[in-house]
Amino acid sequence: MAATEKQPITGAGPFNGILTWIDERYPLMSTWKAHLAEYYAPKNFNFWYYFGSLAMLVLVIQIVTGIVLTMNYKPDAAQAFASVEYIMRDVPWGWLIRYMHSTGASAFFVCIYLHMFRAMLYGSYRKPRELLWIFGMLIFLCLMAEGFFGYLLPWGQMSYWGAQVIVNLFAAIPVIGPDLAIWIRGDYVVSDATLNRFFAFHVIAVPLVLLGLVAAHLLALHEVGSNNPDGIEINKIKNPKTGIPLDGIPFHPYYTVKDIFGVAVFMFVFAVIVFFAPELGGYFLEYNNFVAADPLRTPQHIAPVWYFTPYYSILRAVTVNFFWIDAKVWGVVAMGVSALIFVLLPWLDRSPAKSLRSRGPIYKAALAIFVVCFVILGYLGTQSVTEGRTLAAQVCTILYFLFFLLMPWYTTIDKCKPEPERVTK
Amino acid sequence: MKRLLGVLACVVAGFAAPVILPVVLAVPLSVGLPLAAWASEAEIRLDAAPIDVRDIASLQAGARTFVNYCLNCHGASLMRYNRLRDIGLTEQQIKDNLLFTAEKVGEMMNIAMTKKDAADWFGPAPDLSLIARSRGADWLWSYFRGYYRDPASPTGWNNTIFPGVGMPHVLWQLQGQRVLKEEISRDVSGNAAKDTHGNVIKTVKFDAVTPGTLSQAEYDTVVRDLVNFMTWMAEPNQVLRKQVGIWVLFFLAILIALSYALYKEFWKDVY
Repeated sequence: MAATEKQPITGAGPFNGILTWIDERYPLMSTWKAHLAEYYAPKNFNFWYYFGSLAMLVLVIQIVTGIVLTMNYKPDAAQAFASVEYIMRDVPWGWLIRYMHSTGASAFFVCIYLHMFRAMLYGSYRKPRELLWIFGMLIFLCLMAEGFFGYLLPWGQMSYWGAQVIVNLFAAIPVIGPDLAIWIRGDYVVSDATLNRFFAFHVIAVPLVLLGLVAAHLLALHEVGSNNPDGIEINKIKNPKTGIPLDGIPFHPYYTVKDIFGVAVFMFVFAVIVFFAPELGGYFLEYNNFVAADPLRTPQHIAPVWYFTPYYSILRAVTVNFFWIDAKVWGVVAMGVSALIFVLLPWLDRSPAKSLRSRGPIYKAALAIFVVCFVILGYLGTQSVTEGRTLAAQVCTILYFLFFLLMPWYTTIDKCKPEPERVTK
Repeated sequence: MKRLLGVLACVVAGFAAPVILPVVLAVPLSVGLPLAAWASEAEIRLDAAPIDVRDIASLQAGARTFVNYCLNCHGASLMRYNRLRDIGLTEQQIKDNLLFTAEKVGEMMNIAMTKKDAADWFGPAPDLSLIARSRGADWLWSYFRGYYRDPASPTGWNNTIFPGVGMPHVLWQLQGQRVLKEEISRDVSGNAAKDTHGNVIKTVKFDAVTPGTLSQAEYDTVVRDLVNFMTWMAEPNQVLRKQVGIWVLFFLAILIALSYALYKEFWKDVY
C-alpha cells in the first residue's frame, strides 16, 4: 500500500506523530487492525480457548528465563550439574528463574495438550483449517524435541540415562541404526559431546524453528478465522453494511482483556507450583535427577518426564516380533506413529458435524475412551514394568490406535444433530 | 450453568481416571493374573521425619553433627561454608567451630580426606549436598534409625532401610549397638499372618546389646537435627521461596479480581 493513501494516526495523544511517521514506512496500522483490532473472533469462546494464548505466554517465559539461565549454565559434562546448583544457590534469584523454567516446561505441555484436546472437541482441525493444524502439530513436535534436548542439560542421572535410552531407540532402526545413534550422540555413549550439541539445539536451533512455526500458525489462523464451540463458520452470516460477522467481536479489546484474566489465573496456579511444590511430587523434577550423571551406574528405574510417558508406554507395550523384525523396532515405530498420527485427523474425520455439540454418541464415546487411554498410558509410563501393567498398556495402545484408524468409519455412521445457524452461548 | 457443570465433570473425570481405571482394568486381569503383579515391588516403609527447616537451633545443632561426623568421608561440595550465616551463625563462629576442611568461609564444604585415601579405603562416598532431595528426609530419618549389628556384613553393620549398606554406623557411640529381631505376626489359629499380596507380615524390632552415650530420645533428637540440616542444605533457599511465594500469590489474587472485573466490564454488551 502506498504511503500516500494512509490517513494520519489519531487517538494516540502525544504519540500520534511518531506512530504516523512509522506507519508511513511500515504496515503498522494494517497489521494492528488485521490481527487485533479488526480480527473478528466468534463471541462464544469458552474455557478451552484460553490455552492457545497461555501457550504463547509460556513460550515467552521459557525464552526469557532460558536466556538468563544460559548466563550461568555451563554446557560441560564436568561442570553442568554443579553449575545448575550454582544457579540454585549462589546466583541471586537464580532458584526462581530455574524453577520457572523447569515448571514452564511442564506447563507448556499442559497448555499444548489441552489446546490440542480443544481442537478434537470442536473439530478445529477440519477444513479449512488443515494447514493451521499441521503447523500446530509441527510446533508440538518441536516442543517434544525441545523438551528432550533440554532435559539432558542439568546432567543428572535421569537426564543422562533418559537420553541414553531415547538415543538407543534410534539404534534399533535396521541397517543404519547403530551408526545413526553414534552420529546423534557424537560419541559411543552419551558424553560431553552429546551435552554440547543438545545445548546448541535446545538454546538456538529448535527455538528458532519454534518461533517461525508459531508465526505461521497465527498467520494461518487469521487467514481462515477461529473455529468455535459450535463448529460453525461465523463468516457465513455478515452484517451486509459493514461486512463484519454478526457473531464476531474484535479480538482486541474483547479477547485481549479476557485472556489477561486467563493469564492471571494461570500465573496463580503456576506460582503455587514454582513457590510451593517445584518438584511436584517428582513429576516436574525427578528426585533421581538430583544425583549427578554417572555413566557407570544405571538407575534401577528409568522414567521419562510425565509429558513423554504416554508414548514411552506405547514403546514398551510392543513385545511381539512381527515379520521377523524385532519387537523393539516395532515399538519405536509405534511410538513415532502415536505422536505423529494426530496430523492425519483432518482427513480421518468424516463426520458431517465439526463440534462435539452436534456430533452423535459414537464420537463422544470414542473421544472419551481415547482420553482415558492416553491418561492411563501416561501413568503406566511413569511406573516400572510388570506383567499386568504391560497388558494394560497393550490394551490402551490398541484402543489409542483404533480411535484414529476406525475414525473414517465410525464418524460416518454416527447420528449427528444439525449444526445451529448462529453461535449459541 | 449446564456447560460449567460439563467442564467440571471433565476436569473431575480427568483426575479420577488414573485412579479408577487401573482398578476397573484390574478386575478382568485378576482372573488370569495374580493381582500381586500390580503391586509387586516390596516397598520399604519409611517413618515421617519430624523436621522443621525454620528451626534455627535445630539446624545449628545439625550443622555441628554434620561437620563432625559426615564431612570426614563425604563432601557437600555444592554448599558454601558462609551460607551457614542463613541459619544464624556469624562468619567468626563458622571459622572457629566448623571450618575443618577449608581455609576461607567462602569455600565449599569439601570432603576432609584426599581422593586417594577415600579410593584406597572404601571407594568414594556420595556427595551429600543434595542427598535430602534425591532420597528424601523421611528416608534419611529412617536410615539413621535403622542400623543394627550384623556379623554377616563386611563392616559388621547393616540397615533395615538400606540392606547391605556400605557405610558402618558412624553414630554408633551415640546410639549404642543393637541387633535385629523380626517378629512374625500370627493370626488367631497361630499361622503366620499375610498381607493381601501373600507376604508374611513382619514387625521389625531391635534388641539393645550395649547402650550408647545417649538415650533413645536424645539420639532421636541428634538425628532429627542432622536430617533437618541436610534437608535445609539441599535447598538453602526453601524458606525464602515460600515466604516470597505467599506475597506473589497475594498479588496475583488481586490481579485475578481486577482483571475479572475488567473482563466483565468490557463484555457486558456482548450478548
